Amino acid sequence: MAHGPAKGLSRWIFTTNHKDIGTLYLWFSFAMFILGGFFAMVIRAELFEPGMQLVRPEFFNQMTTLHGLVMVFGAIMPSFVGLANWMIPMMIGAPDMALPRMNNLSFWILPPAFLMLASTLFMEGGAPNFGWTFYAPLSTTYAPDSVNYFIFAIHIMGASSIMGSINIIATVLNMRAPGMTMMKMPLFVWTWLITAFLLIAVMPVLAGAVTMMLMDINFGTSFFDAAGGGDPVLFQHIFWFFGHPEVYIIILPAFGVISEIIPTFSRKPLFGYSSMVYATSAIAFLSFIVWAHHMFTVGMPIAGELYFMYATMLIAVPTGVKVFNWISTMFRGAISFETPMLFAIAFVILFTLGGFTGLMLSIAPSDIQYHDTYFVVAHFHYVMVAGAVFSMSAAVYYWLPKWCGRMYSEGMGKLHFWVSFIGFNITFFPQHFLGLGGMPRRYADYALQFADWNMVSSIGAFIYGASQILFLYNVIATIVAGKKVEDAKTWDGANGLEWTVPSPAPYHTFSTPPQLDNAKAH
Amino acid sequence: MLRKALRLFSMTLLALPTLLLAQEEEVTQTTILNMPEGVSTVSQQVYGLHMLIFWVCVVIGVGVFGVMLWAMYFHRQSKGHKAENWHESVKVEIAWTVIPFFILAAMAWPATKVLIELYDTSEAEIDIRVTGSQWKWQYEYLGEDVRFLSQLATSQDHIYNLDDKGEFYLQEVDNPLVVPVNTKVRLLLNATDVIHSFWVPDFAIKKDAIPGYTTETWFEITETGIYRGACTELCGQGHAFMPVVVHVMEQDDYQFWLAEKKQEAAQLAAMMENVFTLEEHMARGEQVYTASCSVCHQLNGQGIPPAFPSLVDSAIPTGPIEEHLNVLVNGRQGTVMQAFGPLLNEIDLSAVITYTRNAWGIETGDVVQPIDVYNYKQGQ
Ligand code: HEC
Ligand code: HEM
Ligand SMILES: [Cu+2]
Ligand SMILES: [Cu+2]
Repeated sequence: MAHGPAKGLSRWIFTTNHKDIGTLYLWFSFAMFILGGFFAMVIRAELFEPGMQLVRPEFFNQMTTLHGLVMVFGAIMPSFVGLANWMIPMMIGAPDMALPRMNNLSFWILPPAFLMLASTLFMEGGAPNFGWTFYAPLSTTYAPDSVNYFIFAIHIMGASSIMGSINIIATVLNMRAPGMTMMKMPLFVWTWLITAFLLIAVMPVLAGAVTMMLMDINFGTSFFDAAGGGDPVLFQHIFWFFGHPEVYIIILPAFGVISEIIPTFSRKPLFGYSSMVYATSAIAFLSFIVWAHHMFTVGMPIAGELYFMYATMLIAVPTGVKVFNWISTMFRGAISFETPMLFAIAFVILFTLGGFTGLMLSIAPSDIQYHDTYFVVAHFHYVMVAGAVFSMSAAVYYWLPKWCGRMYSEGMGKLHFWVSFIGFNITFFPQHFLGLGGMPRRYADYALQFADWNMVSSIGAFIYGASQILFLYNVIATIVAGKKVEDAKTWDGANGLEWTVPSPAPYHTFSTPPQLDNAKAH
Repeated sequence: MLRKALRLFSMTLLALPTLLLAQEEEVTQTTILNMPEGVSTVSQQVYGLHMLIFWVCVVIGVGVFGVMLWAMYFHRQSKGHKAENWHESVKVEIAWTVIPFFILAAMAWPATKVLIELYDTSEAEIDIRVTGSQWKWQYEYLGEDVRFLSQLATSQDHIYNLDDKGEFYLQEVDNPLVVPVNTKVRLLLNATDVIHSFWVPDFAIKKDAIPGYTTETWFEITETGIYRGACTELCGQGHAFMPVVVHVMEQDDYQFWLAEKKQEAAQLAAMMENVFTLEEHMARGEQVYTASCSVCHQLNGQGIPPAFPSLVDSAIPTGPIEEHLNVLVNGRQGTVMQAFGPLLNEIDLSAVITYTRNAWGIETGDVVQPIDVYNYKQGQ
């Protein structure tokens, strides 16, 4: 505890402190969330009515592409890395992350990567316009020149993720306080440990895919170019071998957050701790062997089609276990509904709805009808927005008092919750109908029978978008003027080492390892 | 418009809690909620499967959310409920791991049956090759010598709101695919540039058209009518503007249509020998240009630089005819300027070249004849 933070800007640029880096990640991801949200507003404004009103189809495609890329790689993934930085050392009683300098590097390469990606909007030929899944040959032979910057940006993001993962694995495996065995770790730590392994396994695959694209575009190879003997479907296999685990990279840490919050506000220990750990591992394993469920219409042989259908259906089992466990935790608890709990409950309900549509999508013959329609768009927003983003909001309200030593306003928090909850559902529930009724995704314009629900969806999107201003206001208002919290333990039902340090958490915590109270495992 | 928006908004708020009952609600005639049952021999089975899983999910959902709401209501701290401390039950945990396997197996069984049927492309009576290219479909009736392009018939004025939109806005084409009723039709799909995907919801078929591949699917339709579908794989800026329209006819009508198409083809072949005047070719060329080129190079030939070059300022239309033929027949490799050689016939190609060499103030006076195109293609 020798010294506090450095002064001024250099504090943030040279910092190796896990809390500072966590803060950087969190603010950066929020900035990206706003940027990606802005792109989404352009999309929804254009789709408000049939006909082209605001943008040209070409620009519309750039918006859908950048929206997806910025939200997945810029908003959701870094936000959870930020959370990991803040919480993992405090949860396992470690003084900092295992590799603090690498930690600094893995953050500071991100802003240039996204600056580069965003700058493609101003380049001749426009920004990437081939969707966040960037299928070849649309993303190679037919891509705008800016694709090279996109590839470079993806490489940097991948490097950042891999460094972040190595750091988390090293920290969790080596720096736990004495007595904290693996099976006593908080679930958030467990889910992040598993996520980190997923990241290390699949980010190189993504890097391989974009490198092959780079070669095809600039050095005359034909990995994905049929005219040169290459194979466009190969691209999809490689992409989804990364892409499906990626969706679990996004959701597993969210599972961890929810598994911390629900017990706290139910005042009852998490039900089925060990089955939660096993279910998470099972999901992680299954995520490697189901990728081609995104490709049911490419004309795979029927044996492949059947295999991927059966394997995908299996994911419902461990996912179901998680939901049952959360609900059993609430059952016969003493539940109260503070803002983090509201977001957590909404998570359980809406994520389960997304799981149901996932199950429907896994049935290959019906997926042929759903595929590449708004039904899929509804599915993945239910799991990614109501899943990952809601859990992030829950996490911020839950730990904010620990981070800044001040309490948010419960009324404002609840207002933010209700506006987002209602806005979210108005936006995305009608998209199920649109998809079933036949509206394909990534359409800049649509037939007249889709007009009503599109307008509803756009209105919902504006409400949801506006609710994020409330979020920003709440966070800033808490940091500058929130009521000071005196107790180390903000929530009476909370357990875990992070609640044993003072609020706000001092710059250095656990310089000497804590004594574990064995009765209070996880 | 604002009033309409408000109405829709309040309507949704009301509808949200009663979504399952929403079917009863009269919103407007066209409001859609569910997948069509369809008109092919398998589409009803696909629909049945969809509804089966839907209801399974509803039943599970009612159970799960029921327990959750129960706990949220009765086990509240504010009602003075005291938390219990149990957090494990091996029996329950095994039960809710094992039971889902059986539910899944019960769903997998019918799904497998339907999938096997969807994949059975054998014994088709008609084979049609479907080729996707930016942003149109080409249909070729194998063994019949009938081949034509199918493109969006909605005008730019409708899209850019200069004119009122028609009933089939963005779902109408110049030449629909025509097939007979109660006949097994096999589609062989392929693409010339990027990946496209051919979807007709009422037929429950969706198959990707991929460059370098031939994928296949099939349908047998039980009701005559006009069915509308779409391209579902992002294929560039015209993705939303390459619909599929299928006209399902009685067998007799189909035969009549086919004979007519064949006759057209024969007439066209005969016209290959003709020598066209500048006027004739300007008229034909303008039509071809509007249908095939104006999405990119625009009606006034100015293009949208830098993405799509202006043809007025280009050196090609005033340069050697040989090079002009080369650009059109072979396209420009690696750009969206595709090879029109396989897409347009010799007459249309010669007409559109003639047109672009004599329109918008360019006056070369050149008239390119079908035979020139033919000779150029042969010479390659
Ligand atoms: C999908 C959009 C698209 C369509 C449709 C299209 N073109 Fe092009 N065209 C292009 C692009 C892009 C280029 C520039 C290619 C390059 O970079 O060399 C081009 C180039 C050309 C050129 C050469 C111009 C020059 O100065 O190099 C000619 C001539 C031409 N197109 C004529 C046509 C005609 C005639 C048609 C209709 C039969 C047509 N194009 C349809 C996109 C299109
Ligand atoms: C019960 C668990 C789940 C199952 C069975 C499932 C199944 C599927 C299937 C089959 C598809 C392909 C649909 C298609 O394109 O036709 C799909 C798409 C998708 N899913 Fe899930 N899913 C599940 C959970 C999740 C979770 C947890 C996430 C992320 C948080 C997620 C994110 C996505 C995304 C992003 C896509 C669309 C990708 C794209 O094409 O852009 N899913 N899901
Ligand atoms: Cu997946
Ligand atoms: Cu398309």
